[in-house]
Formats: sequence, structure tokens, C-alpha cells
Amino acid sequence: METEFGVWSVVIAVLGGAIRVGTPFIFVSLGECLTEKSGRINLGLEGNLVMGAMVAYATSYYSGSAWLGVLAAGASGLVLGLIHALLCQSPKVNDIAVGIALMLFGTGLAFFLGKPFIQPQAPRLPSLELGAWSDSPVIAAALNINALFFVGVAAVFLVHWLLQHARFGLRLRVVGESANAALALGIQVNRVRLMATMAGGFLASVGGSYLSLYYPGSWSEGLSSGQGLMAVVLVIFARWNPVHCLYASLLFGGAAALGPALQSVGVTSGYYLFNAAPYVLTLAIMIYTSSARRKLAGMPAEFTQ
Amino acid sequence: MNETPILEAINISKRFGSVQALDTVSLKLRPGSFHALLGENGAGKSTLVKCIMGYYQPDSGSLLVQNREQVIKSPEQATRMGIGMVYQHFTLIPNMTVAENFVLSRPRLPLAINWKKEIAELEQRLATMPFQVDLRKNVNHLSAGEKQKVEIVKQLLLDTRILFLDEPTSVLTPNEADEVLGEIHAMTRRQELSVLIITHKFREVMQFADEATILRKGRYVGACQVSDTNPQQLAEQMVGAAVTVAVAERNEQTSPQVTLAINNLQVLDDMGLPAMKGGSLQVRAGEIVGIAGVSGNGQKECVEALAGQRNIDAGEVHINGRPFAPTRTDMHRNGFFCLPEEPLRNAGVPNLSIADNLALRAFDRPPFARLGFLLNRRRMKAHAREKINEYKVRTSGPEQKLGELSGGNVQRVILARELDQAVNVLVVSNPCFGLDFKAVAEIRGRIVQARNQGAAVLLFSEDLDEILELADRILVISAGRFVYETTPQQADLQTIGQHMAGH
Repeated sequence: METEFGVWSVVIAVLGGAIRVGTPFIFVSLGECLTEKSGRINLGLEGNLVMGAMVAYATSYYSGSAWLGVLAAGASGLVLGLIHALLCQSPKVNDIAVGIALMLFGTGLAFFLGKPFIQPQAPRLPSLELGAWSDSPVIAAALNINALFFVGVAAVFLVHWLLQHARFGLRLRVVGESANAALALGIQVNRVRLMATMAGGFLASVGGSYLSLYYPGSWSEGLSSGQGLMAVVLVIFARWNPVHCLYASLLFGGAAALGPALQSVGVTSGYYLFNAAPYVLTLAIMIYTSSARRKLAGMPAEFTQ
Repeated sequence: MNETPILEAINISKRFGSVQALDTVSLKLRPGSFHALLGENGAGKSTLVKCIMGYYQPDSGSLLVQNREQVIKSPEQATRMGIGMVYQHFTLIPNMTVAENFVLSRPRLPLAINWKKEIAELEQRLATMPFQVDLRKNVNHLSAGEKQKVEIVKQLLLDTRILFLDEPTSVLTPNEADEVLGEIHAMTRRQELSVLIITHKFREVMQFADEATILRKGRYVGACQVSDTNPQQLAEQMVGAAVTVAVAERNEQTSPQVTLAINNLQVLDDMGLPAMKGGSLQVRAGEIVGIAGVSGNGQKECVEALAGQRNIDAGEVHINGRPFAPTRTDMHRNGFFCLPEEPLRNAGVPNLSIADNLALRAFDRPPFARLGFLLNRRRMKAHAREKINEYKVRTSGPEQKLGELSGGNVQRVILARELDQAVNVLVVSNPCFGLDFKAVAEIRGRIVQARNQGAAVLLFSEDLDEILELADRILVISAGRFVYETTPQQADLQTIGQHMAGH
């Protein structure tokens, strides 16, 4: 009886963790996906994430509004995205190098500006207590879902719709598939990429605000554990499909919640091993779904240029 | 039948730098006709079509569309006038659906696209067309034939009345080609379309075209009704009478020894279809064997197989009686050298210096390598300086990148490298394509010199004049087989043209 409940509580905790840990990944991978769809990679999103976390926390602390913090984080992401896009527009500038530089710049600047905010408490983002009907604390905890998660899901489907049905999304995909064809159709390649990179930067920084304003829930220099870089992997994993980015983020989040969930029911051996689960899982699925004979389906053709 | 041309180009001239690509060329396209534009590579066919389409502005001459003089400044303007073009290579956006490609080609797009409505409209219009394409399919999943159909439908959806086809069947199988051209031909019969097709395939001309215009070296040679002519006459007009150029001096060939022997060579093309279907030939020491043929009959694949760029599917190659596999070791041991077509792409490294490119055959052996692995750069550079002088390469020095040189100078550098050591076998493909007269004479002279020194030379060329000038023996290649053999002394242009055309 008790072991059965233990198994169920682990499953429920993992599902809840999928949402809790996975939410920032939804935003960052969606931002990366959007940027990469336009044929450019932005490795600087880790910088956006950390910068977003710091700006959100500081804004929330001063203004008293967590949602204002989220918007301010997004604005900082727009600026970082703009810098990336403008630098990459110059001929012979490599987007990977610019991305790495901006990743270091973003995190470094955030640490520098964020020093005064390590101690104070800022207002946090509200969450919806969807599990209030249940007596079980496990279910109640798992269904305590942050509002930003729903924003993220909405953003995923918005981007998906945009790419399929909007003129801008269609043009963005043409630019990502063939810059030459885009030029022939009279599309301004650099402008489309600029907008895609800025929008991607916005989303990534909003993801960062979730880290400092909800989970873990305060600003510190060790806040990010490479979510911005993992997002690049998740996009490949999701084959450049925004909806798949959502699933990949949740899967990754769930795997990351496995260690703590097991610990909560008393399984403590191999705690660190379980913490590596998301990376092992991602790697395993990548190997399983890849082939040496054909290139990755769905990859924007300009991406390899 | 209405005799007023739907499109008429009058005395079009176009010059690129020192090259007169078009010299007062005229063309008349009757409404509802299927018109073939013929000529060898570099004859100016594509330039003429691009001048009409607005990609280039002609230097002089005029254009009448439905008897009204027009100046077409851009391809978009041509589209608006109902003139469209289908290219040799696909211009579809990969990884997008057919419907998305169609919608994107429209001049104006709504802010948000209602796909249900768009697809319903497209399906309605497709129902009136002879080509059936799957709108929801991803372009990446289409066969070459289907892609070509999508390209044509894309033009028809833009209300194209005058359609240019630039070698539209070069990537299609014969069956696909017949289907596509057959449907287009039927549309011309219904007066829905007027077609100008650039093709190298006489079979298609004879089967589908009503009229033909022939260009040679940028000049108008003639126009005719296809029913009044035959492939031999057309080939002759394209190639022209053998032009008398000072023939390179050659010594008497004495050796009876067979150096290069190819037995039943079979090679597949990029689509996995047989390109060489079992060719056999022998080249003796001090002999040039010229392979004449229309482009796309297996020459490229044959050269690539000999040069080690393509797998040999079946058959053997022997050099001096011993089996030869195109590996670096075998090439070195047998004195095998090659000057492929487009040497910058096929035989050189554009981003390496001239000195490095010149050393590519021998950099791992003394005197360029010490102890087998240390490169002697000073020696490589000195060697490059020698070669630059000897071959009169126009360059700023041995450190200049190969990719920065002009076509003729790249050709000289690669030839200098390939003729540097004792040459036993030399395979050459279209060595003078796109070069000016001086470079042509020089490079032909070098090839004959190699022959005089005892090399067995296998020369592939689409330029029949070149083969008549250089070869000791001529083979004609058609559809992956060597179908006819003659000598320049006995050569009869008509007979050669007949065999080139596959009759």
C-alpha cells in the first residue's frame, strides 16, 4: 500500500516537475527555434537567460510588480538580440562566435549589475493552485502551476501558427531555407533575421525571469545551470518544430525532477546520478533518432551555411 | 495559323567584358508554337533568354511582345507580361510544401494566410491543368520529375503565356522528360502556351518542336521548320564547318603499345542510373583519342570514374597491362594525370595558394617532403615560380590563392601540375571551355606536346573542332556507349553528327 503510493507520488512529482523545471526551457528553446528557423544560430541565449533573471528580479524588487519584471527581462532580451543580429549582419561575421561572445557578455554583465540584488527579497510570480481540491499534498504541490507556464504554452502555439499561417512566418522560413530564393522573392533577408533574433532574445530572457521570480525563486550567480545552452540541443532534438520544443522541454524538465522526487520518497542512493538523467535521456534519444546516412529532417537549409 | 509572332527579338547584342556573348541575334516565336533554341555550350542561348527575361539588359536590339515594342527591366516585369522561365536547376524552396511554394511566388501576400481557402483555390485551378501535383507534399520528398512539374505549374499559376524552358529535362529520366514535354506540347496545340526550349537533346527537338533557331558562338546561324530538317543537319549547323586554326605540330606516331585500356566500363550518375553503359577503348602511347559527343551522354561520369571521384560500377581499367584503380598510389605509379572540366572545382583548392596547388600531386615525396612528412615550403615556392614563368600564368606571385585567378590561368596552373612529371596517361575534359583564342592555342599545344613525348591522351570534348584538330583517332559517345570510330582524315561531319544524335 505504502510502496504503491510511493511510486505514484514519484510519478506525480515528476509530472509536476516537468512543468516546474521545464517552463524556462519552453521559453529559451522556443526563442532559439525561432532564431534558427531564420537560418541563424544564437548561442548567446544563455546570456539572455541570466540577464533576464537579473533584470526581472531587480525590476520586481524596485517596482513591486513581478509581471513588470517579466516585461523588463523581455526588453533586455530584445536589446541582446538586436546586438547579436546587428553584429551578424556585417559580412564575414560568424554567428557562432558572436553568440559565444554575447553569452559571456550577458552573464558577466548580469553578475556585475546584479551584485546588490543577491540578498533582498523581491515579489514573486503568482501561481495557480489547481490542486486545491485534493487533500494529497503531493497532488497539491504538483498542480501548483505558475502562470508563466500557460503564457509559455500560448507562445508555443502562437509561434507555430505564425510560422504556418502568417506572411511574416512564411517569409522567415524562406529566409531560413534559402537566402537566395528569399532575395529572388524580394524578401529582405537581414531584416527578417533581425526580427527573428530579437523575438528569440525576448523569449529567452522571459524564460530567465521565471528562474529568479519563481523557481528556484531568487537571484544568485549560480541560478542558471546551462539552460540556455541546453535549449540549443532541445531545438535540434525537437527538429525545429515549436510544438515539439514544448514536449522536449517538458520531457527534459520531468527527467530533471526525477532525482528530487526519488529523494522525497527516501531513495537517496544515486542522487547525483539521477540528476544527470535529463542529459543522459536527451543524448540517448538523439542517438536513437539520428542517422549517419541522411541529414536531420526539418533542419533549415541555410543553418549549415 | 496566326503568323504574327507573339514574341520577337531583333538584332540583340550583349557583351560581357571582352566576350561578345550575343552578336545581332534575332528570334521569332509564333503563338502556340514549340520552338527549340539550339547551339553548343557558350553559343549564347541562355544569354539570349536572360536578355528577354530582363535578367540582363541587351547592349542593343529590340524586343516585340505581341507586336508592341517593350523594354523588360526585370524578371518581375516579365512575369507581369506573362513571360516565365523554368530553369535547368530547381528554384523551389526546399523543406516547404508545394502549396507554400505556389503561394510565396505570388507578387502579393496577405498578412495572414488562410490555407484552407488557398488550397481550395489552388486545387480548382490545378483541375484545369494537365499536371497533377500534390499540394500538401514537401518539396524535399518530390522526385526530379515531380519537381519539374511543380516548377512548370508555378509558372502556369502566374498566368504565363510565353514559357522559356532552359534544358528542363537535363535532370529527368527519358520517361519523365517525355511526359512533361508531351503535356506542354499539348498545351501549345491548344494555343494556351507558346514555348521556347533550350535543349541539347535532338530526340526531344524532333519529337516535340515545330521550329528551331540555331546559334553558334553568339551569332544567329539560321532558323528552320523541324519537319524540314534532321538531326544531322542541325548538328552540323550547331558545330559549323571545321574552322582552320594553326594545328599544333605533331610527330609521327610509331608505338604500337597500348598504354590505357578500358574494358566494359559502367558508371552510375548522381541519381543512380547508368551513365556509362559499358564503354571499351584503347589508347596507345603517343596517341590522342578524342571522345566526341553531346554533353550529358556519360562523359562527365566517365572522367570522374577515371579520376577517382566516382565509383566504378563494373568493368576494368588497365594501364600498361596492369589493373589500375584510381588511388593516389596507383596514379603515381602509373604516371596517370588528369585535367577535368571546371578545374577550379574538380582539381584545385580555391583557398590554397598557387604554390600549394602546384604541389598537390607531389607534396608528400622528395624534394617537397623531407623525411616523408616535413614539407619543404621554400622548394615548393621556387617550383611554383618556375612553373608560373614557364606557363605564363598571370598572377601576383606563388602566394596568391588559386581561386583569385581567371579561368584560363587556373587551367594553366592545373595543367602545369599535371604535366610536371613523366606523363604516361593524360585524361582531359573540355580543356578549352570558355577560354579565349590565345589560351586555347596554348593549352592545345601543351596537350599535343605531351602526346609527342609518348603519353596516351584521352580527350573528352563537346567541341568537335577541338577533337578534329587534336585527335589521332575519334570515338563518338552516345547514351553511355562508344558508338562510332573514325580518324580526323576520314571524318565526315554528317556521319559524326548522326552518331552523336544517337541514330
